[in-house]
Amino acid sequence: MMKRMMMALLVLSLCLGPAMAADKEIKVGFVYVSPVGDAGYSYAHDLGRKAIDGKDGVTTAFVEAVPEGPDSERVILNMARKNFDLIFATSYGYMDPMLKVAAKFPDTVFMHCSGFKTAPNMGNYFGRIYQARYLTGMVAGRMTKSNTLGYVAAFPIPEVIRGINAFTLGAQAVNPDVTVRVVWTKTWYDPATEKEAAKSLLDAGADVIAQHQDSPGPQEAAQERGVYSIGYNSDMSAFAPKAHLVAAVWNWGPFYQEMADAVKNGTWKTGAYWYGMDKGIVDISPINDAVPEAARAEVAAKKAALVDGSFEPFTGEIQDQSGAVRIPEGKSATDAELLGMDWFVQGVVGSTQ
Amino acid sequence: MHAFRIVKRQEPLGWASCLVISGAVVFALGVSATLLMIQGKSPLSGLTLLFQGAFGSRYAWEDCIVKAIPIYLCSLGVAIAFRLQIWNIGAEGQFALGAVGATWMVYHFSFLPAILLIPLMMTGAFAAGAFWGLIPAFLKLRMRANEIIVTLMMNYIAIFFLDYLVYGRWKDPASFGFPMTPTFPESAVIGKIAGTGVNWGLLLCLVCGVLVWIFFRYTRLGFELKASGESIQAARYARLPYENLVVLVMVLSGGLAGWAGFLEASATLNRLQPSIMAGYGYTAIVVAWLARLNPLYIGIAAVLLAGLRVGVENLQLELQVPAAFGEIMEGMILLTVLAASFFIYYRFKPGRRG
Repeated sequence: MMKRMMMALLVLSLCLGPAMAADKEIKVGFVYVSPVGDAGYSYAHDLGRKAIDGKDGVTTAFVEAVPEGPDSERVILNMARKNFDLIFATSYGYMDPMLKVAAKFPDTVFMHCSGFKTAPNMGNYFGRIYQARYLTGMVAGRMTKSNTLGYVAAFPIPEVIRGINAFTLGAQAVNPDVTVRVVWTKTWYDPATEKEAAKSLLDAGADVIAQHQDSPGPQEAAQERGVYSIGYNSDMSAFAPKAHLVAAVWNWGPFYQEMADAVKNGTWKTGAYWYGMDKGIVDISPINDAVPEAARAEVAAKKAALVDGSFEPFTGEIQDQSGAVRIPEGKSATDAELLGMDWFVQGVVGSTQ
Repeated sequence: MHAFRIVKRQEPLGWASCLVISGAVVFALGVSATLLMIQGKSPLSGLTLLFQGAFGSRYAWEDCIVKAIPIYLCSLGVAIAFRLQIWNIGAEGQFALGAVGATWMVYHFSFLPAILLIPLMMTGAFAAGAFWGLIPAFLKLRMRANEIIVTLMMNYIAIFFLDYLVYGRWKDPASFGFPMTPTFPESAVIGKIAGTGVNWGLLLCLVCGVLVWIFFRYTRLGFELKASGESIQAARYARLPYENLVVLVMVLSGGLAGWAGFLEASATLNRLQPSIMAGYGYTAIVVAWLARLNPLYIGIAAVLLAGLRVGVENLQLELQVPAAFGEIMEGMILLTVLAASFFIYYRFKPGRRG
């Protein structure tokens, strides 16, 4: 019976699929801050783009390595002029340029990633990658011997600070003695600088290197020294097969599908879309065999709790570096607090300046 | 053994030099087309898309001119210094300081109406850029410090200073920790020329360009400057005020780059943020050389280069070629044009070697 139902549904969808696709075609544009070949942030977005390209009347195009500033406004503007129906701008610095363009093209839908401004035809979106970072922190906390973790970080902005805090909390949950040393590179993508920063952390005694960077440079540094690393953006194990324990990864495909469908059907609504692990927008990559079974089970259990909503990383009591209570006992941080986070939790060595 | 000898031409090529340069550009485009073909894209449609993106519509022209404005001002500035054979490669830093100077005025005088605030911002930008140019001039004259090294190093200082301000004191409290100043008030924003997408910076470019041209062509100081640039010894012998000239060119050079920074902050970004640094100061050097330091040619070269950069975006969007393709193409054009300009001054003469 079940089988027959499935079959019927399949046939139905096969018949309906092309018919639905035929009624409306949309053009979707993507603006990336770095080249898509970087295995990092833009690469992850581009996997999402590829997931929707060519399906159900959706065609896509992208422009990569667009600097944040006047150039981005022109790129977004030209997409709008070319009658793109939906435009995704995937870096924070595109927010104000996109807002300006959105005001001129009321019939185009604009989606800005990682910002906070909206307009009637412009929404913003992001994923709660900090949830995945918490899980990777747990792995790092279990695998460190020196109890010092290194974190190569791009810019002291809330998105990055949030990630470092979640990573630290995850590590502390399984290993209370752990400290996390942070080095700022002031760049999203610069393989050489990132690798050097990772080496400086290794010299300072760190034996697991995590990163909020777009290149696998830090992974390579860890591999060369024979220590462990935690990847970001996509599964970076190919760059450091021995070192790479796990990565916090983006999975944009389903979200981009949802938005493209909504625009096609005319059901798109403006707003702030900040999806979490429950929607699959963020996840962790397969865990390295070097990690013991007990630790994997622990991570899997926590992941299940994140997915069903029974656990939230930023739940009090949480103190900042000075020992002041930032999130009181039993309370969870609000989205506004998370979005404006400019302080480190206890156990982080470094400054948010 | 028969070979070719390199002989300096009696007179540089006149109109024929256009031919040489166009030939070089065509050659570079040909190589680019081949690259497109290797990637399996149609080379003809590629070049058409490139052209359309740069100059194929009114929008494209506007985008192109907006992008050319800061390049032009920086380039005009360095060209003045190059005339005296002062190698100012610090336009990048002077640009940064100019943007900072203009923003400082916005911070302290935001209550003023545009008619007062804009001139103040221009003064602040020019002064800050000129000050940044004055330091290497001073070090060169007093300490015999090489201006190439000093101006280059000062670029980094200027950019870090800008970063310090936007990450610290001037950071917008409402920016969620992102490094940027608050948006400028309306009165601090240079508007667009009515009915177009181009800001009034274009007028500033035209005025500066014409003034620089008049300066070199019709004024005594301009003549002295050119003469000193041809030969410092001769200039000293003729008792030309070489030291004053060095100071003058560095002030003008820095001030013009400062204005470029002011325009970027005021007209295009409407605030100060680290991404204001787009490398125009370095682009300016190439443009100045390509244009052989002539204000009009600098304008043409700036627009063409801006067109190439804008056009490549169109190429990316339509054909999905990688962003690096644009950089390769730009590098290739610059290389072939510079190589070809050799033939404007020299020629090969068949004959016996030695």
